Amino acid sequence: MAALTREETEALIAEVLEVYPDKAKKDRAKHLAVNDQSIEQSKKCITSNRKSLPGVMTVRGCAYAGSRGVVWGPIKDMIHISHGPVGCGQYSRAGRRNYYVGTTGVDTFAEMNFTSDFQEKDIVFGGDKKLSKLITEIERLFPLHKGVSVQSECPIGLIGDDIEAVSKKSAAEIGKTVVPVRCEGFRGVSQSLGHHIANDAIRDWVFDGKKEVRAFEATPYDVAIIGDYNIGGDAWSSRILLEEMGLRVIAQWSGDGTLAEMENTPKARLNLLHCYRSMNYISRHMEEKYGIPWMEYNFFGPTKIEESLRKIAAFFDESIQQKTEQVIEKYKAEYAAVVAKYKPRLQGKRVMLYIGGLRPRHVIGAYEDLGMEVVGTGYEFAHNDDYDRTIKEMGNATLLYDDVTGYEFEEFVKKVKPDLIGSGIKEKYIFQKMGIPFRQMHSWDYSGPYHGYDGFAIFARDMDMTLNNPCWNKMQAPWLKKAESSATEAVQAAA
Amino acid sequence: MALRQCAIYGKGGIGKSTTTQNLVAALAESGKKVMIVGCDPKADSTRLILHSKAQTSVMQLAAEAGSVEDLELEDVMNVGYGDVRCVESGGPEPGVGCAGRGVITAINFLEEEGAYDENLDFVFYDVLGDVVCGGFAMPIRENKAQEIYIVCSGEMMAMYAANNIAKGIVKYANSGSVRLAGLICNSRNTDREDELIMALASRLGTTMIHFVPRDNAVQHAEIRRMTVIEFDPTHKQANEYRELARKIDANRNFVIPTPIEMEELEELLMEFGLMDQEDTAIIGKTAAELAADAAAA
Repeated sequence: MAALTREETEALIAEVLEVYPDKAKKDRAKHLAVNDQSIEQSKKCITSNRKSLPGVMTVRGCAYAGSRGVVWGPIKDMIHISHGPVGCGQYSRAGRRNYYVGTTGVDTFAEMNFTSDFQEKDIVFGGDKKLSKLITEIERLFPLHKGVSVQSECPIGLIGDDIEAVSKKSAAEIGKTVVPVRCEGFRGVSQSLGHHIANDAIRDWVFDGKKEVRAFEATPYDVAIIGDYNIGGDAWSSRILLEEMGLRVIAQWSGDGTLAEMENTPKARLNLLHCYRSMNYISRHMEEKYGIPWMEYNFFGPTKIEESLRKIAAFFDESIQQKTEQVIEKYKAEYAAVVAKYKPRLQGKRVMLYIGGLRPRHVIGAYEDLGMEVVGTGYEFAHNDDYDRTIKEMGNATLLYDDVTGYEFEEFVKKVKPDLIGSGIKEKYIFQKMGIPFRQMHSWDYSGPYHGYDGFAIFARDMDMTLNNPCWNKMQAPWLKKAESSATEAVQAAA
Repeated sequence: MALRQCAIYGKGGIGKSTTTQNLVAALAESGKKVMIVGCDPKADSTRLILHSKAQTSVMQLAAEAGSVEDLELEDVMNVGYGDVRCVESGGPEPGVGCAGRGVITAINFLEEEGAYDENLDFVFYDVLGDVVCGGFAMPIRENKAQEIYIVCSGEMMAMYAANNIAKGIVKYANSGSVRLAGLICNSRNTDREDELIMALASRLGTTMIHFVPRDNAVQHAEIRRMTVIEFDPTHKQANEYRELARKIDANRNFVIPTPIEMEELEELLMEFGLMDQEDTAIIGKTAAELAADAAAA
């Protein structure tokens, strides 16, 4: 199907909005837009970071998800307590595929669920004593942990438990960092506020709360990876490139990360920010307080990787810049072979995306490297600074949808008829049953990594095996097939 | 006769618990089967009936046993003077946890365990002074207390509180069967107190059930952790509580209250001399400015 014109896309949005009552229509209309590359500020075309409408299906998470699930959870040598009733921690346990190295249960804990398992009596009498006891028990049972974070579930905020006081007292008792995080799920409109709260907790309780000064030998080439959650090993395939450029990665936030790395980050020369949405806050703070510049980069697909590598190298001296050119040269044959193999199979295919923090814009380049086109994209919990960064990446007259509802997404897909959809587990089976190839773009569909040159090869393979899978030709039951096609088959069989 | 469930509300310190227990003792004396459910984390709603300091509460026992499901009805219910059954919901010490949730848990527990059996004539809920959250409105939600009595006095703040409670009742009255059943004036010996409370009651669409005069006999009994009815049954104050009990037993005047606006309440107070006509000239002026004004005049 040919690309939609601006007028057609506008008409499509109007048509989809038609079923809503007036008030809902007015609200949702602000979140749906036709991309126009000439617009400088996204606030002129799209509204974001607002409360979802009651009654629609949204796939957003909560502040707890943003803090426990995204920012803090992957810090592997700390124990993150899901403070409150058991469900929040148990149903989100180990769901994000943040890979790490270590012996789980001994010196690393990221896949485990620690919870204070609130009961009625804890609500009525408060949970402070239980929390304090829990931290004491953790210290006894898991002595190699490096610290504890207290991730508040909703009831903590409702009953007003003083987790800060408990944290201070427990930290003194066990002689380790204890971080209280006020990420109660009812705060904010999505997981986005949880990222911010988690960032602030790092500032207040990791940076400012640190007492001992660890010996640290700085080099002029120290950088930190910020906002890479090492999903399927993404941070590892990124780190290889940075190290080959001659840089020293002193910290990974927070995929496969440690508390010591976090504490050392203010010594970095440059903070490299991959997921802007979830960690721009702490990057800005480090810029203000420690004078560390930060820059966003994109390691999806060779074009963006090359661009980012050169941009990073420009911060450093010529030796780094030279090595960077060598790195690009070194991988050229490798990624050229990937493109040569898959581009002919994927050329011209159209993709619709709906994901979380950075991928709705960051993966566009990788698709384009394979000759594909992203014709619609949207974020669950973006702010307008994310859309500012998206407008230029997307083609004119493509669709932008913010906090898209289940209904809207389905209708858009029916009309736009993309060849591939990239979104999450909640969307996957609906679209697969509609006969549309689908890739999970939060978990990489249990594949990955997708970052870096190594990741690009896997990304290209995965897109190809999904899109060109023979199963999509079998969408019609054999007995419903037209007579003529069966006649052809009969002839073939006879021959 | 069917079980009547009544809740006693009123400003903190007005004498709800003392009035309730004396009233309940008088009802029991007249042969009624009564239960008191204390809905206040302080757990002091049953001490005069049980002669105890503070009854061990549902939540306290639940915390010790692990959860409320581990408790039996007999664990939490004590029987005191006149076979009055006593339960305290209990809750946390001030400043921690959620007392409102404690009330909800305790009342649900009593219902599930069948504490409200057919032999009972009355249940009285003695509720914390301020209905600060949903938990303390639990006794007036569906299928719980249907009659609300507000204890008040002729003091300004007690009347403000009574009017606010009436507002709360309206909210639940519109969705359920809870009704305002009357005001109980627990006298503080202010001027024309009875007339004032009667006037307030009529504005709220209800009546003053009884005027309980102030008498030291109540305090003398309380020191001994007893009601006046039990301590000195012949005292004239005991008769006052008997009269209150008789009137409540006979009361059928249950209404959806008509709470009044602040201006109307202030007018009423001015009418009875509890409040002066507002002098708009003095608003926002410091003592020094007023002195300067006086000197100039």
